[in-house]
Amino acid sequence: MDTFLGALEFLRDNPGLIWEKVLQHLQLSAAAIGVALLIAIPIGVGLGHLHKWSFLAINAANIGRALPSLALISIGLGFLGVGFVNVMVAMIILAVPPLITNAYVAVDQVDPDAVEAARGMGMRPIQVLTKVELPLALPLIFAGIRTAVVYVIATGTLAAIAGGGGLGDIIFNQPSYKLAGVIAGSMVITALAFAAEGLFAVLQRALTPKGIRGRETATDVLLGPPAIESAAQAGA
Amino acid sequence: MIGVILSLVGAGPTIPDFGRGSDCVRENGQFCMDWVVDNFGDQLLPRLIQHIELTAIAVGIGFAIAFIAALLAHRYHWVKTPFTAFSAFVYTIPSIALFQLLVPVTGLSWTSAEIALVGYTLLILFRNMLTGLQEVPRDAIDAAEGMGFTQRQILWRVELPLALPAIMAGLRIATVTTISLATIAAYIGAGGIGQPIFDGIQRGFRTQFVTAGILAVTLALVADGLLVLAQRALAPWVRYGR
Repeated sequence: MDTFLGALEFLRDNPGLIWEKVLQHLQLSAAAIGVALLIAIPIGVGLGHLHKWSFLAINAANIGRALPSLALISIGLGFLGVGFVNVMVAMIILAVPPLITNAYVAVDQVDPDAVEAARGMGMRPIQVLTKVELPLALPLIFAGIRTAVVYVIATGTLAAIAGGGGLGDIIFNQPSYKLAGVIAGSMVITALAFAAEGLFAVLQRALTPKGIRGRETATDVLLGPPAIESAAQAGA
Repeated sequence: MIGVILSLVGAGPTIPDFGRGSDCVRENGQFCMDWVVDNFGDQLLPRLIQHIELTAIAVGIGFAIAFIAALLAHRYHWVKTPFTAFSAFVYTIPSIALFQLLVPVTGLSWTSAEIALVGYTLLILFRNMLTGLQEVPRDAIDAAEGMGFTQRQILWRVELPLALPAIMAGLRIATVTTISLATIAAYIGAGGIGQPIFDGIQRGFRTQFVTAGILAVTLALVADGLLVLAQRALAPWVRYGR
């Protein structure tokens, strides 16, 4: 119990340090998520629209889950060296698969009747995509983003090993910060993960079109729950 | 080999000194195959076996807990929400944080690692088991009841066999996830393949942490592949398009 009290004292005494590391952590995570989105969303949405390569798109998340983040960072350390690039690459590799899978499934499973109707109304394929498929797919795409964000924030802790900064700098540096600091850092990163999870849950709800609110997604069953909901921890 | 040692003596100690070995090892090259060959048997293999043990025990205990919870939730619906909430809560905590938070309670130990690893398996296993049980077709249960099966017989001979694909899918995800998380458990002294990763990074010896990293990835992918095969062998009636 003393250790936990010590951790709270550490938080009280070092607000500057904690704040700096949290900001670093968020910057790194945001950068990684940004790049991962640019890579994954066009691929997932495109494949879903064309209903092609489902094997690849659906298995992406399974393979992503199988990659231990620490191992990725250590391999990257050997070939890319210490620093920002290595950590970014590892985080992007981990964030892309759940994004692709969710985006694919989201667009792929849009009610074919709705798509037919849109075509019948004379919409061109690009209009079908932007006016019908994407709005209906949005909640599930967002579920993937939420998964990836929590995942990246957790993995970001390991960034410290490769000189990437963030809260891992405290958690992996017991000689400097003592156990109290390590525990304090662990509490902060946990809070951060929950905050991100909550924030994105709210965003996801807000972005769900009114017409399909409250409807359960069939994907829980399709992928097994964690692939969709919160594959958060797979590697970190 | 003798030549190398002699040349080492002649050249004086190199810093950092990674002991005996080829030029590659002494110069801390990108990747030294000879070090891997020399040290696989006594440095890496035991860690790999330890890693498999760590994973098997965590998944085994997690499976037992989730199984009991799923059976309870299947019969008494109110069990579902609190157990899901609890396991989802644990699941969201970043692993290195959970490992560290357990240190003041259960110490820098194997126990701390196992507690956390078991915790991470619960959500995946429980949800898949319960989903599997709940999706058993009503007709199959009605038929079994009509044939005079007792509740217990229905569970063991109808519901569980039909839920098997979902249970196996959960087992697969839980196992791969645990292999991945167990690498980080080495940081709190649980051993496993994460140990040479952290050691290698600490010493700055590239070949060691790269090799151990590759072994960890390989182990995860091999386990995933084996579980897919097991899934097909145990439930051959399911179409696996993915």
